[in-house]
Amino acid sequence: MQELAQQVVSGLASGSIYASMALALVLIYRSMNVINFAQGEMAMFTTFIAWQLVQQGLPLWAAFTATIAVAFVGAVLLERIVIRPVERAGPLTIVIVTLGLLITFNGLAGLFWGYVIKSFPSPFPAAPINIGGVAFSSQDVGIILVSLASLGVISLFFAKTKLGLAMRAAALYPAASQVLGIRVSWMLALGWGLSAVVGAISGMMVAPVVFLDPNMMQGIVVYAFAAAVLGGVESPLGAVVGGLILGVLLNLLGTYVEFVGTDLRLAVAFAIIVAVLLIRPAGLFGRVSVARV
Amino acid sequence: MRLRADRNLAVAIVAIVIALLPFIVPSFSTFELTYVGAYAIAILGLIVLTGMNGQISLGHGAFLAVGGYVVAILAHRFGLSFWLSIPIAAIVSGIVGIGLGFVALRLEGVYLALATFSLAVATPSILKRFGDLTGGVMGIVLPPVAAPKVLAGVLTPVQWFYYVTWAFAGVLFLVTARFLGGRVGRSLRALRDNEIAAVSFGVNPHFYKTLAFGWSAAFAGIAGALIAIPTAYVSPDSYSSLLSITLLIGAVLGGIDTMWGALAGGVMIEFLPLWVQKINNAAPSVVYGVALILVMLVMPGGIAGTLLRLVQRRPPAPGDAVLRRTEPTRAVEQ
Repeated sequence: MQELAQQVVSGLASGSIYASMALALVLIYRSMNVINFAQGEMAMFTTFIAWQLVQQGLPLWAAFTATIAVAFVGAVLLERIVIRPVERAGPLTIVIVTLGLLITFNGLAGLFWGYVIKSFPSPFPAAPINIGGVAFSSQDVGIILVSLASLGVISLFFAKTKLGLAMRAAALYPAASQVLGIRVSWMLALGWGLSAVVGAISGMMVAPVVFLDPNMMQGIVVYAFAAAVLGGVESPLGAVVGGLILGVLLNLLGTYVEFVGTDLRLAVAFAIIVAVLLIRPAGLFGRVSVARV
Repeated sequence: MRLRADRNLAVAIVAIVIALLPFIVPSFSTFELTYVGAYAIAILGLIVLTGMNGQISLGHGAFLAVGGYVVAILAHRFGLSFWLSIPIAAIVSGIVGIGLGFVALRLEGVYLALATFSLAVATPSILKRFGDLTGGVMGIVLPPVAAPKVLAGVLTPVQWFYYVTWAFAGVLFLVTARFLGGRVGRSLRALRDNEIAAVSFGVNPHFYKTLAFGWSAAFAGIAGALIAIPTAYVSPDSYSSLLSITLLIGAVLGGIDTMWGALAGGVMIEFLPLWVQKINNAAPSVVYGVALILVMLVMPGGIAGTLLRLVQRRPPAPGDAVLRRTEPTRAVEQ
């Protein structure tokens, strides 16, 4: 029982990472109808920036804050320079451009920092936390708290601020929003900035666990895809719930089902993606859309 | 008519150059050029699927893995000659492709990209999991290639397999050209450009889309086999997601709208990393990524598409820029 509780909590910890990455994907999907395949590599790259800042002697939390600012500005610039010219092109074009970004960031990280695995300092204490007689790793509990807090801030931003409202309007009704004076194209750039911030946070949260190397986000981004699809690619709430479900599910399967083990977890994620898209394409929380042709 | 004559002449010149190259370049370059042929076959399959039919696959490395492992397992367990195992690799990979094609019928655009990308990332770990069959992390060593006795004095093993690879490539290119030029090609392109209109004209979307997937996967399976045999080794890490992405990069850089793009793409993905690697191990990725973005922004026809347009001295037709078509259903008004 105690082991099960520990496994569930550590599943929730990885799940909240998947949830954050999935939310980052959904933020862009809602406004542009594309998946940013470079999301994971952007998160990895910003995590390396945080590592570099810590190496330069910056305190951990200061480095975190600086990195978040860099991620936001960098992603907005990226959208303006690289994505804007293809904003109106078909999905295939944007997918290929984001793949270009994926491989560029992966290469740049290798170029600047090399492929040797680096350890990333954890902001959380090493001592376990005792809740109800069961010892949980502070790392896990910390990851869950930070991720949920950042998700909460994002949803408050969308629900309560005028800018958040404008972004939602631009995503849903671009033409009408334009008429009302919303700069639709800039809202897309802001969306990129925000999702890069969410990605950067999850990168910095997961780096102490998986260690830092240019390929660290590759598996995580597939779990995030699965989480987003499971929850419904249109739905931010779905992304979060999907991420948490997936984290616990994969952890339990990996621990208790010998057939799955560690090697087939990615295959399970692939199977979930295919199964959800075939059986219930809208996911758990998405709306079924009807297109007029 | 003149265009067709020009094209035949170009094909003949390319074929002669390919036939003579092993006698001109050093043995190691012949070895590298063998890979170019195999990559060209895989990219040709991707051009059929993505360029002609509009279904994006970021997971073609998985089919190369199927082809490579089928040949390796058959050679390792049963000592089967590659003349038999390459067709088997094509069939197995084609069947897997048709299976995935059925799934793809229900997934559109971005979703298909997402599912196939996940497959690409999952491939190495699936190969590791079923170690009894695949040899796990250690992989499988294949027997070395030997030229048949009749040719033993004439061709080195490297030259022999170069000709085998390019013979496969030649046949597959001709078959593809034959089909793409006729009813099949028209149906695939019609489904890509406007599925509803195509269906109203009697094109069966399920048949042709599944066909494109199986066709493309079978080609990738053959390519995987043709890469595994001269390498004489298969292992899970040779089939990372980077391989799948590299193939798509080859197709896009080479030119995804024309069969020539497969040739140009094969040359690019074999030699570009070798040249750029001299600067830094990570440099090829950066060059690939930047080149990919630049091609999409300024010359969506890729190398071959752009060259063809220059040679034929005609203005870009709407059909040229498959990758720049705007989506009529989702226009962001400026």
